[in-house]
Amino acid sequence: MAQAFRTLFSSRLRYGKLLAQMNSIGVNSLSIIFLTGLFTGMVFALQSYIGFQRVGGTQYIGSVVALGLTRELGPVLTGLMVTGRVGSAITAEIGSMRITEQIDALVTLCINPFQYLILPRILAGVLVLPCLALFSMAFGIIGGYFMCVNVLELSPEDYVSSIRGFVELSDVMSGILKAGVFGLILTSISSYMGFNARGGARGVGIATTQSVVLSSVMILIVDCILTRLLGRL
Amino acid sequence: MSAIKLINIKKRFGSRWVSKGVNLEIPARQMTAIIGGSGEGKSVLLKQIIGLLKPTSGQVLINDIDIATLSGQDLDEHYKKIGYVFQSAALLDSLTVFENIGITLLEHGMSRKQVLPILKEKLALVNLKEDCLRKYPSELSGGMRKRVGLARTLVTNPEIILYDEPTTGLDPITTHVIHNLMHRMQQQLRPTSIVVSHDVEIFNYADNVALLQDGQIRFFGSARLIWQSDNPYIYQFIRGLPDGPIATDTGTDGTEQRMLPSRFWKSYRRTTTSGG
Repeated sequence: MAQAFRTLFSSRLRYGKLLAQMNSIGVNSLSIIFLTGLFTGMVFALQSYIGFQRVGGTQYIGSVVALGLTRELGPVLTGLMVTGRVGSAITAEIGSMRITEQIDALVTLCINPFQYLILPRILAGVLVLPCLALFSMAFGIIGGYFMCVNVLELSPEDYVSSIRGFVELSDVMSGILKAGVFGLILTSISSYMGFNARGGARGVGIATTQSVVLSSVMILIVDCILTRLLGRL
Repeated sequence: MSAIKLINIKKRFGSRWVSKGVNLEIPARQMTAIIGGSGEGKSVLLKQIIGLLKPTSGQVLINDIDIATLSGQDLDEHYKKIGYVFQSAALLDSLTVFENIGITLLEHGMSRKQVLPILKEKLALVNLKEDCLRKYPSELSGGMRKRVGLARTLVTNPEIILYDEPTTGLDPITTHVIHNLMHRMQQQLRPTSIVVSHDVEIFNYADNVALLQDGQIRFFGSARLIWQSDNPYIYQFIRGLPDGPIATDTGTDGTEQRMLPSRFWKSYRRTTTSGG
């Protein structure tokens, strides 16, 4: 990873490859982010309703759903879903290139594999994850609205006004920042595991599993640390 | 004059020593074949020459420069002088033949328009038609993939070409075609070539032969005289004889044993009868 950062500042960036990776990580993940965000928002609203009904605060469901999604669930679920969909693919692709000597071929052709393979993926992850997290937050809030208004028959004005009253821009920004960090984590770990894959097809399989597990665990640990740090700001 | 000098190269993977002190001088502008049994470390030696692997100890000198001391820009310059033809061709799956062959030029800032005439020239050298430029590696036969790999190597006009088992997995006719191609390029371009091979047909094209056995060079000499050699290692290896100084079997206890002629014939009969 240190080499990737040195490369970032020492040589030209391949914009074509960066855009291709942004498409692969971002655009191709939209459908899964849509589904995850929407249903999480709906379930969150439903669970909040059960709790708030007991204390008579159902008018605050909108703010709870929005705060939960912007500060926590949006970025974390996006990170985990993209790890499953894209992180595994990155490890498998780079790992296959390693065991079929394609990476060695790049070296012998005077092409820096960090610059050619890894850097575009890491940058794309850092740039795209915040956008995906924003979509996840938006779809979640829409899902919560649908659940509250159409199923639980609560007032749409209450839902919207509680969001306006309690959710601040800093809540959204903290979620976006977290998503960017998760993008860095999942693409770095996935690329590293693929780059160092050994032992044929079995080795690539093991590396892929390890990268998904390690990325997911790291996302949850770093999320805890970031939540604490961002909460102090 | 030697272009490449290997001085007491030793290489270890874990507790296993693959190279146990290889000393070899590769003459410039000639083709040298390195032969030896499977697992003797021929490909490892080749990867140490190009710098993909570092020797545990010893020196690799190319034009009297120790490649272990190179880094950054100097290492890039080193790679520009050397072409490596991989056993599996190692073409990038996601790129077309055009992009595979021209990758070095494209990545160093040349446009596709500038690259095209160079690629056409290299394609002609390896007897490939232009219509394969749009294809992906998965659409090519084994022989074509090897030739594309060779064309990719030639793009930078290397002074040294390293071939890692260039005919492995090919049928005899394609093998002959690839060998002829290598020979023709050797005549036209006069690079210093090292060919790692199991195929004795390479003796018809190589200038020199080195036999690697048990982690050391056991023989180095003219390829023309190879069949007259009375070196017991060479004699046994090129004729595929089971009896001789080269151990050919591994015992159940993991120790190397010689396969006696009687055991060889028993094993041969068993294989032929079970194969129908």
